[in-house]
Amino acid sequence: MSNVPAELKYTKSHEWVSVDGDVATVGITDHAQDLLGDMVFIELPDVGATFSKGDDCAVVESVKAASDVYSPVSGEVVEVNEDLADSPESVNNDAYTAWLFKIKLSDASEVDEMLDAATYSGVAADDSH
Amino acid sequence: MPFVPHTEEDIRAMLGAIGVDSIDDLFDEIPAALRYDLNEKNPLALVPDGMPESEVARLMRGRADDDGSPSCFIGAGAYEHHIPAAVWEITTRGEFYSAYTPYQAEASQGTLQLLYEFQTMMASLTGMDVSNGSLYDGASGLAEAVLMAVRANRKSKSKRILLPRTTHPHYRKTANTIVKNQGITLEELDYDREGGHIDPASLPDEPGDFAALVIPYPNFFGVLEEVDALTDWAHSHGALVIAVVNPLALGLLKSPAQWGDKGADIVCGEGQPLGVPMASGGPYYGLMCCKQALVRQMPGRIVGRTVDLDGKAGYTLTLQAREQHIRRSKATSNICTNQGLMVTASTIHMALLGAEGLKKVAAQSHANKQELVEGLTAIEGVQNVFNRPAFHEAVIQLESPVADVLNSLAENNILGGYSLVEDYPELGNALLVCATETKNSTDIKDYAEKLQRILNA
Repeated sequence: MSNVPAELKYTKSHEWVSVDGDVATVGITDHAQDLLGDMVFIELPDVGATFSKGDDCAVVESVKAASDVYSPVSGEVVEVNEDLADSPESVNNDAYTAWLFKIKLSDASEVDEMLDAATYSGVAADDSH
Repeated sequence: MPFVPHTEEDIRAMLGAIGVDSIDDLFDEIPAALRYDLNEKNPLALVPDGMPESEVARLMRGRADDDGSPSCFIGAGAYEHHIPAAVWEITTRGEFYSAYTPYQAEASQGTLQLLYEFQTMMASLTGMDVSNGSLYDGASGLAEAVLMAVRANRKSKSKRILLPRTTHPHYRKTANTIVKNQGITLEELDYDREGGHIDPASLPDEPGDFAALVIPYPNFFGVLEEVDALTDWAHSHGALVIAVVNPLALGLLKSPAQWGDKGADIVCGEGQPLGVPMASGGPYYGLMCCKQALVRQMPGRIVGRTVDLDGKAGYTLTLQAREQHIRRSKATSNICTNQGLMVTASTIHMALLGAEGLKKVAAQSHANKQELVEGLTAIEGVQNVFNRPAFHEAVIQLESPVADVLNSLAENNILGGYSLVEDYPELGNALLVCATETKNSTDIKDYAEKLQRILNA
């Protein structure tokens, strides 16, 4: 069973979000990194780019596949994790410290609609079968 | 997934979408006499009987003789160069000779190493960080470069590309056909009538947003563009630079990586001048190189060098996550193949000539073009059109219709050049001529004498 911290919010497409004020930090879940395998490259959005909830905004490339990351919320990207350019494997090491980008929320209510840890655990478990 | 053929309903819907009544209508372009009717009792009645090998050989020899052996002064995108006999002798050896490029690392180390060497040569000719293993041809290579620039230039929201009219007309048409249905606009940029080049001062001062500027080098008229000023303009306006090059000319000219302050971003072009015969128009191959930062947006296959379990050097395809078998609809391109055999010939050709050899071929071609232009413009009524430096082609103007003059020259065993009348009507009776290193002073004098005789007739 993969690690699903209780304090975070989740999407069905395996992103996690942690909110601080009006800024959401976004990453991919431990379950997602486990499915994808060893990361080799992570393409991040540009700071200043704006996305609507559900837009594809980043690409995680592993030795097995390259997958889109979808923005869990709407808003403007305010910071990206530059360290991932040199060490994409940190997503494998700890998916919850290796965040991808921070986005300034344009609609805070979108966070409330996201999945909680228990619901996401169910999604991930179903997905593993 | 089961194999499900199109249903009658699917077919009707598709025909309706393109406004055609029946599948037969799609074949309208083929004369009826050449089509067979499946409803006929013997649909193949129109196909002639087989011939014995000896008769086929005689027929084909006769047809080859019909071509004659004219002296060729046409360039316009395909160039006659001397190809050392060893090039195709080696290329057609059993180890290389295959219609399809074998990529399996466990079985094809030789082919993969050759492709890797090809990429290294292309990267050093263009000065760029990376090269792919080739594309189909120069024209579709430009289309791929345009698609790549639109994907890569994330700062520009526009899907507009500045495309100078000094770019090969066929390339412009091909690129437009491929990109127009993807919402991309190719905006034409006119050229300077005196210089035959893009005047940097004519570039839009307050431009809309452009994803990229295309810079042909040399351009279709043979003229050398002001690459530094154009490159700096593009970068200062948030556009990427797509260089369309003749790789042979780069043996002599400034490599795209050195243009302006930052260099070109993507380089594409036609590889034919490097060891591939003109062969009535193909097969040729396209080259493509780019800066490291854009490599994940590059189409085509890339061969990388690595080590095996024992630490020995080995070669294998790399960065495949860009490709359609992994990225599906998000792939950088549907072009996931290359022109393996042409690239094999080119690699061997470049290895045999070396950097010095390529430079000499380019320099001799340039010198012969100068001699040709001097010889032709010494004739009364023949003018050199553009005053800017050019590589191995030039535009001359005649006082009589170009088509008639070319026909008369052809009767005299001279292929006199490429008529610009259709693509550039504003230039009047303009003719694009080319001299490569294959021409000597006698050939050039012969052309000039015959042209003079025809014009005075």
